[in-house]
Parts: sequence; structure tokens; C-alpha cells
Amino acid sequence: MKALAPVRKIKKYAADQSVKLSEKSFAGAGRARGFLIGIANSSQFLARIIRETFSPRFEFREFLRQCFQIGYKSLPLIAITGAIMGIVLTIQMRPSLAEFGAVTLLPGMVTVSLLREIGPVVTALICAGKIGSGMGAELGSMKVSEQIDAMEVSATNPFKYLVVTRVLASTLMLPVLVIFADASGIMGSWAGVNIKGHVNLVLFTSQCFASIDFIDFFPALIKTFVFGAVIGIVGCYKGYTAGRGTESVGKAANSAVVLSSLLVIIADMIAVQITDMML
Amino acid sequence: MKNLHEIRTSPQAWTASSGPLVVIDKLRIGFEGESVLNDISLKLLNGENLVVLGKSGSGKSVLIKCIVRLLKPESGTIDVFGKDIASLNRAELDEVRRKTGFLFQSGALYDSMTVKQNLEFPLRRTMKNLSEKRISEKVAETLENVGLADTLNKMPSQLSGGMRKRISLARTIIVDPLIMLYDEPTTGLDPATSDEISSLINDVQKKYKTSSLIITHDIECARITADRIIMIDEGKVYAEGSIKDFESSDDPVITSFFKKFSN
Repeated sequence: MKALAPVRKIKKYAADQSVKLSEKSFAGAGRARGFLIGIANSSQFLARIIRETFSPRFEFREFLRQCFQIGYKSLPLIAITGAIMGIVLTIQMRPSLAEFGAVTLLPGMVTVSLLREIGPVVTALICAGKIGSGMGAELGSMKVSEQIDAMEVSATNPFKYLVVTRVLASTLMLPVLVIFADASGIMGSWAGVNIKGHVNLVLFTSQCFASIDFIDFFPALIKTFVFGAVIGIVGCYKGYTAGRGTESVGKAANSAVVLSSLLVIIADMIAVQITDMML
Repeated sequence: MKNLHEIRTSPQAWTASSGPLVVIDKLRIGFEGESVLNDISLKLLNGENLVVLGKSGSGKSVLIKCIVRLLKPESGTIDVFGKDIASLNRAELDEVRRKTGFLFQSGALYDSMTVKQNLEFPLRRTMKNLSEKRISEKVAETLENVGLADTLNKMPSQLSGGMRKRISLARTIIVDPLIMLYDEPTTGLDPATSDEISSLINDVQKKYKTSSLIITHDIECARITADRIIMIDEGKVYAEGSIKDFESSDDPVITSFFKKFSN
């Protein structure tokens, strides 16, 4: 019997490991299932947004209210951030350009960087934080406090009223905000140039516009529509599908910011690749 | 049977001869494999206050959410104004919902709107031909009826629990519903405010000639409002009768419930 003891130990060890392995496999399968269900649900949500956008009775008043909330109320934040971006870019670029005696290229370089990349991406990330989290938290708390159900029984389509209007407003307002961010960035750059010298505003802006082309502006503007749509869809999806507890409101807001920021970066990478292929 | 168009154009068209306003037959619903309601059948008669009593988690709120199709039952039928609610398309369902007021447990006032905007919201959507003047008059009149005429421009966050319930009730009755569904109308309120809300339910029934289905576990609310009581236990209708029948009953389940939930 003593001789069999090590064999029993090995068998027990193997059985334990097998149980642990199967537990891990189940947990992994559960996560994969959850991920696939998430993709299916978000696809359905997106399809419903498209369908409801083109079906009759457009909630125009609520759409205008959302444009005001998303666009006008984000303007001070975007303008200040844009101006600071312009100042910082100018101050950072100046020494490198001065080494090559190319300080006169500064307005053009700052403008191209702002228009092509920094303006759209930074504005989109700020909006993902401000607008995305706001949508996630607002719709999540409306769900928890039965306000969405109340809307439903008031013979109103809450999806159309709450989701479609917000997604359209963020899609249309983000490009406007980016244009403001770019403009205030150029003004910030002019202020940055004037810290160590003196350049006339008219001369500065004419140098800025002389260095940019249609191709610098147009693809960047197109991608901001995509960024706006991504922020709106993710924010609304996370809020509208939040659980029933108050904890889910915080989770909805948090995951709306994380996911929309990530998707904005990915969308930017794809947009840059497409623009590069077209050039 | 009267059709929905008649009901909408003439709120009092549904007469006693038209039969019960809500007929629930063998309703069964569950969540994640667990049965919540099991073969529930009941009728809401014209002009009555029907109280559905039951412990928390007995499926009372699920029951009234099924009536307005916020939840879909697994089996059984629900007829509202003689129409099977499950077979209605969106437009027909909206017609039924226009005549069915729902007071949510939490009040469900829209946080981003003032009291005035909260009351105008269902009005503008269900009565599209009303002039701005008539809308303002109706809002003022309904607020007067719930005793809160001075809250017109307040936000829901500025109101107390009882005031929120009253405003929520005003938002529901402003569209002249035929049926009122109350989900735990006195939950979270002090006894005095609970009694005020219960009396208000009776006032609404008299003034607006509604038929009400009141979901509650508050015995005092049932005492004040009920014409008839149904008690739900373990997903089934356990007992039916008047408040006197229930109070004089020596059934252990009923006596235990009344002992536990009487103030």
C-alpha cells in the first residue's frame, strides 16, 4: 500500500490541475461570449440608430437643444484648450526651427499640425471626456430612475428622442468645435510668436493660410464627423444599456469615456492611412 | 366593443356595459429561468380602484409593466380596452398608452426639465391640436388639482418626495387617462404624506372618472383607496375580496402579511 502513495498523490495533483484548467477554460469562454454578445448588441444599436434616423417624426426641438448643449456649452473649454495648444506648439517648435534659420516657417508648421492632426484629435478626446461621459451618465441615470420607461408610456419613442438626437448633434457639432479649436490655436500661436518677438496679426495669418492647402483641411474635417459619431454612439450605447443599479451609472460614464477615446484614436489611425493612400 | 378611436375622442366612451378595461388571463413571466408570475388572471372593472397587495419581490410591479407592454410576458394574454396588447403595432400601442396613465414608484420626473416642462411633455405629444394658451391653462389647472400651483418653474431636484409624487401624478392625469396604474404610490413617504397621496388617488378617481390599479404593500393605502383587493403570493393570486374580508380573515398568509405591513 505504501508503494502506491506517490501514485495517489500524482493522480490527485493531476485531477486538481484538470479542475483548475477547466475552470480557467470556462472563465475564458465566458469572457469571449460576453465580448461577442457586446459586439452583437452594439451592432444592433447602431443599426437601430440608422433606422430610426430615417423614420418619420424627427425630434427637431430636442436635436437643437442637444446641439446647444454639446456645441455651445463646450465652446469655452475647446477655445481655451485650442489657444493653449497653439502657444505650446509654437514655443516648442521655435528653438528647432531657429537652429536651421527657418523661424519664418513657424506659422505654417503650426497651422498644418493643428489643422491636420492636433486640433481634431485633441478636441475629440476632450469631447469624449466631456460629452461622452455626460451622455453615459445622463442616460444611465434616466434608466435607473425609470425616466426612459416614463417616456415610453407617454407615447414617445425614447430611442428617437434621446439617442438619435444626441448622436446627430455630436456628429454635427464636433466639426464646428474643431474649427473653433483650430482658429483659437492659430490665435494662440500668434500670441506664442509674440512672446519672443513681434509679428503683425495680418502678416501672421497670411503666412498661416499661405502654407495650407485644401488637402490639409478637408480630410481632417471629414474625420471629425466620424469622431463625433463615435463619441455620440458610444456615450448613448453605454448609458442606454446601463444596468438598473446606481453603480451602473458610474460604470456607464466611465466606460463611455474609455471606449470612445480608444475608438477615436483607432479611427484617426485609419483616417491617416486612407488620406496617405489618397495623396 | 368600442374601438380605440372612440375612446380617444370621448374619454368617457368606455361605459360599464363595455366590460372590464383590463383583462389579464393566465399571465406567466419570469427572469433568468426564475418564475415571477405564474398563471395570474384578473380584471379591472370600469370605475373601480383595484388594489394589488403583495410582498416585495412578489411580481406586482412586473404585472403592471406588462399591462403597458414595458415587459413582455412568456405566456397568457392581456386585453386593454378589448385589444390584445401583445398584438398591437407601435401606433396602436401608443393609442392605448395615451389612455393609460402610469405613476412610477420613483416618480420618474424628467430631471432636466422644470415642473411646467414635465407636465407639458406628455400633453404636447398626445394632444397635438392644443393651443399654447390651452396648454398653459391645463398645466395650471392640473397643478391646482394636486395642490402644487406654486411649483411651476421649479426643478424636480428642488421638490420633496411627496411633492415629486404629486407632480408625477399631475403629469399622468394631465392627458385625461381612462386607466391609472399606480406602482407603489406611497413607498418612501412618511405616514402623513402617504395618507395625503392615498386621498389624492381617490380625488383623481372621482374628478377624472378613472379606473385604477394600485400596486402596494401599504395596508393603510389599501384601506383608503381600495374598492376591491387582490393579494399575490408566490406568483399567483392568493386571495380576492374587500378590505373587510381581508382584515377579518384568519388565513395564516393574510394575517401574517397584515401584521407585518400594518403601521
